[in-house]
Amino acid sequence: MLHAGRWRPWLFVGPALVLIVFFLVYPTIMTIARSFFGRGASLFGPNTEFVGFANWRYAFTNKTMLTSLRNNALWAVLFTTCTVGFGLLLAVMLDRVRYEKLVKSIIFIPAAISMVGASVIWKFIYAYRPVNMEQIGVLNALVVGFGGEPIGWLLQRPWLNNICLIAVGIWMWTGFCMIIFSAAYKNIPKQLMEAARIDGANEWHVFRMIILPLLAPTAAVVATTMVVQVLKIFDIVYVMTNGNYGTEVIANRMYKEMFNFFNYGRASAIAVVLLILIVPFMIVNIRRFAVQEGGR
Amino acid sequence: MRKIAVLLFVGLLVIGGTAIAADKVVNVMHGWPGEQAPVFQMIVDAFEAQNPGIDVQVEIVGRDRPAILATRMAGGNPPDLTPHPWIGLMKEWANAGQIVDLTGLVDTSDINPALVPIGEYDDGLYGLFIFPNVKSLVWYNPKVFAANGYGIPTTWYELLALNEQILADGGMPLSIGLESGAASGWPGTDWIEDIMLRTAGADVYDKWVAHEIAWTDPRVKKAFEIFGNLFDDGYVLGGAIGALTTNFGDAPDALFTAPPTAYMHKQATFIAGFINDHFDGLVAGEDYNVFVLPTITPQATPDGSVPLLVSGDVVTVFNNRPEVIKFAQFLTSETAANIWSSELGELSAYVGASADDFANPITRKAQGMLLNASVSRFDGSDLMPGAIGAGAFWSGVLDYISGVSLDTVLETIEAAAQDAY
Repeated sequence: MLHAGRWRPWLFVGPALVLIVFFLVYPTIMTIARSFFGRGASLFGPNTEFVGFANWRYAFTNKTMLTSLRNNALWAVLFTTCTVGFGLLLAVMLDRVRYEKLVKSIIFIPAAISMVGASVIWKFIYAYRPVNMEQIGVLNALVVGFGGEPIGWLLQRPWLNNICLIAVGIWMWTGFCMIIFSAAYKNIPKQLMEAARIDGANEWHVFRMIILPLLAPTAAVVATTMVVQVLKIFDIVYVMTNGNYGTEVIANRMYKEMFNFFNYGRASAIAVVLLILIVPFMIVNIRRFAVQEGGR
Repeated sequence: MRKIAVLLFVGLLVIGGTAIAADKVVNVMHGWPGEQAPVFQMIVDAFEAQNPGIDVQVEIVGRDRPAILATRMAGGNPPDLTPHPWIGLMKEWANAGQIVDLTGLVDTSDINPALVPIGEYDDGLYGLFIFPNVKSLVWYNPKVFAANGYGIPTTWYELLALNEQILADGGMPLSIGLESGAASGWPGTDWIEDIMLRTAGADVYDKWVAHEIAWTDPRVKKAFEIFGNLFDDGYVLGGAIGALTTNFGDAPDALFTAPPTAYMHKQATFIAGFINDHFDGLVAGEDYNVFVLPTITPQATPDGSVPLLVSGDVVTVFNNRPEVIKFAQFLTSETAANIWSSELGELSAYVGASADDFANPITRKAQGMLLNASVSRFDGSDLMPGAIGAGAFWSGVLDYISGVSLDTVLETIEAAAQDAY
């Protein structure tokens, strides 16, 4: 029995391990190796001389890459703060609304739309037509309706267009955060809040002293998940501006280097940069998750 | 029951037998999802009728085709052949040994000899020129022009004077659309190329395309400035933001509203398809017509004639099999060229095609330009490496029009060009 006990777990884990090694570990190692070689497609084909850190230097000095890094930081801060903040707020507030399920469903719906679909929808919302022409975009129709001049939402660099893109992401992911928070909130024993209220705490105190601390572990997991989501952001930018007008992000740059410019070396270096940025958050996320699960 | 089963079995055998008989398959990938798709299929049908043993399977990839081709090549599974306009990419594929040198395999005598060299590279033939486009055309509404007493400008100064006159009459001269999804910016590169040909001449144009002169060269800068001046002078519908947010396919719409929101639109011959698609019942030559973008510096061409910017599709072959070569050869034939041009009002690269063959007056005019131009050049952005022609040049035009200083824009493109060539 003892003998069987040793190999049996491996038998169960084996297929998964083989798949992970083949589809994850091997490509990762290849990509890291590839980032030190030239632009050619195959490692043993033409144009694949060893170039040292040239691709890496490009990733951290090229002007567009610096813009991408800045924009990813902006996305990480703004997107995460807003999705987690709004999600938490909605979860707590909607708990007292009569049509809770309906309202929550409506807020959750964007999460069910594909990223590309949502981006196309928002491209229409932000649409611009010159002055004196009929505005087909909701936002500019409102602006013009109130007597203003139409605004090129996706063109005004460096902040407005980036914020407009981030707003699409927030619109999509707030519902997801809300649902997770809502589940966690409903798990908080109601006696705790009752007791606090009987002791004379007002609603703010209940929120600040009881709800928030009890939701903190959930918030950490949700926030790290959102950061990982947003560091990989690609679809929204690709569809709406394709990184023009100073809205480039890392993943979109990687796609361009790879599939438009066929520079496999640079694309690999950018991919590894993205990986390095994401890994710490993944580790935090997994640790948190393990702690939470272990506590059950 | 048993009889039915036997019949079915026999039926399957017959179907299987015919499938085996037509075992020679040619896989074609093209990028025309719209009205050209059924016309290309007509060409395929004509070929299959002549060659019963060959089955041509068409795959349509309307978006991101270079990316898909790259993936398929890397995976060792490219289509057998593809028509495409990316000469710059074709050279990269040739360097990587991914495509077939057609020298000696295909007889190019059916192709207009002036167009054959576009598919040549490094002593090899990698692209068979099939479907040409003339890019230097300005589209206008003849009825509106006649009603306002506007004449056709034959020099740049006349064009600018016409712009001023239209402005004075309360109209807007030009509609420009630079938006094109992930390819946004390319219509602007056409403008710059046409202006380069008209100010610096074909020799400098060739050097510019080959990156033998820098992007920061004053002649390149001047071309950008002439394009930018159209915006600064208020000649463009919606100004910079209007051009940047208008899709290239929607841009000509402004000419056909009542009253027109703009009067002229520069675009290649293919835009007629968009015009007909957006407006029912417009007649070529009566409701819309074209004139050639006038010269700017007549001395730029030796004889002072108008230089012509052309683009078009070449056929590139990935797999050297007799049936694939046969189909590639057929695409250069008179039959294929006639189906394409008569059904779509597109131009012909067939050696015997003359302008008089065409019923459509715009096609006739454009074909005449294509055949008679003393100076013509292929679309520069399609000739440049992808990182420039489908990258830094596109985004550079967008940056410049959206307000980034020209020196910054040109330095950025130059930096990208330094390591792309």
